[in-house]
Amino acid sequence: MTLILTGQDTAKLIAARFPEAVIEFDSRAAIIKSEYLLKVAGFLKNSPEQAFTYLTDITSVDYYDYFEVVYRLTSLEKNTSLALKVRCYGRSKLQLPSVTGLWKGAVFMEREIFDLMGISFTGHPDLKRIFLWEGFNGHPLRKDYL
Amino acid sequence: MEIDNRSGACPYNSRSQDLSEGLQVAALKDNCENVIPDPDAWLDAEIKRNILLTTVDWAVDWAKRSSLWTTVCFPACCAFEFIATAASRYDISRFGMEIMRASPRQADLMITAGTLTWKMAPQVKRIYDQMAEPKWVIAMGACACSGGIFANSYSVVPGYNRLFPVDVYVPGCPPRPEGLLFGIQMLQKKIAGEHTEIRLPSLKEG
Repeated sequence: MTLILTGQDTAKLIAARFPEAVIEFDSRAAIIKSEYLLKVAGFLKNSPEQAFTYLTDITSVDYYDYFEVVYRLTSLEKNTSLALKVRCYGRSKLQLPSVTGLWKGAVFMEREIFDLMGISFTGHPDLKRIFLWEGFNGHPLRKDYL
Repeated sequence: MEIDNRSGACPYNSRSQDLSEGLQVAALKDNCENVIPDPDAWLDAEIKRNILLTTVDWAVDWAKRSSLWTTVCFPACCAFEFIATAASRYDISRFGMEIMRASPRQADLMITAGTLTWKMAPQVKRIYDQMAEPKWVIAMGACACSGGIFANSYSVVPGYNRLFPVDVYVPGCPPRPEGLLFGIQMLQKKIAGEHTEIRLPSLKEG
């Protein structure tokens, strides 16, 4: 059975390497600063002690004041998984760094979030809509979309 | 053992038997001068039994409705009910339509099994356009009839009749195979009432 790290464990793990990256944590996930996202993700993937080589999923949540992007990582080698969250403020020109350089599987997931939530990922090789057609007006999974 | 030749008593060698046999042959030959006619009187009856007088409309409609070939257009979950309908338990081949055509050019019926999104709509419209006349459409399931639970969605086509004419609507989410079979029978009844337009070349046209 895969060991699911708590938010506290995750925060401890990250803070050991990047002390100022973690904003807060809850029982399930650690929330980190978006400018540290690539560094933290690269550390979790590439360090031999963690080896989170598998990106399970990326999802996003609209909290009106900000958007949260959730990264679920799994280490097939150590049989552990964890959740990372990044916050993204404002409702227009939302930007986050893309993790496609680390996990190729992020390409479609980030396109989905771009399509339905309107968050653009800098460094994505092919950022365009995936479910809806080109020219569709708006991002339907936002809370203010009617 | 010595053979007794004096009496000539071999029973198969008697002169009288040979004579009676010769009389039989001669009598049979005399009786067989005329040819016996072949027993072909039944042929007339058979031809009478196999000629139907009907209309072109009836014959063409019968041919059309008895071998509806379905094109592949199964965008969503109703496809599974369609697969069940086509498989051995419900056995769509009873209607002469067990062949799924991968090419719409060989099909004359489209069973639209499932939810259609606007992004997929051009492809489905293209399948319909590629089908040769005469062609029919059965809208299978609530989504195909009206968009179903996605009727007010931003991304779902609210009914296939936005794209092309639909002949029979089979509601249900999903409809059971019996429902689809009933819809197919309704379509066959509809085809049975169609009029065939015969286009003969006109002399006036160059």
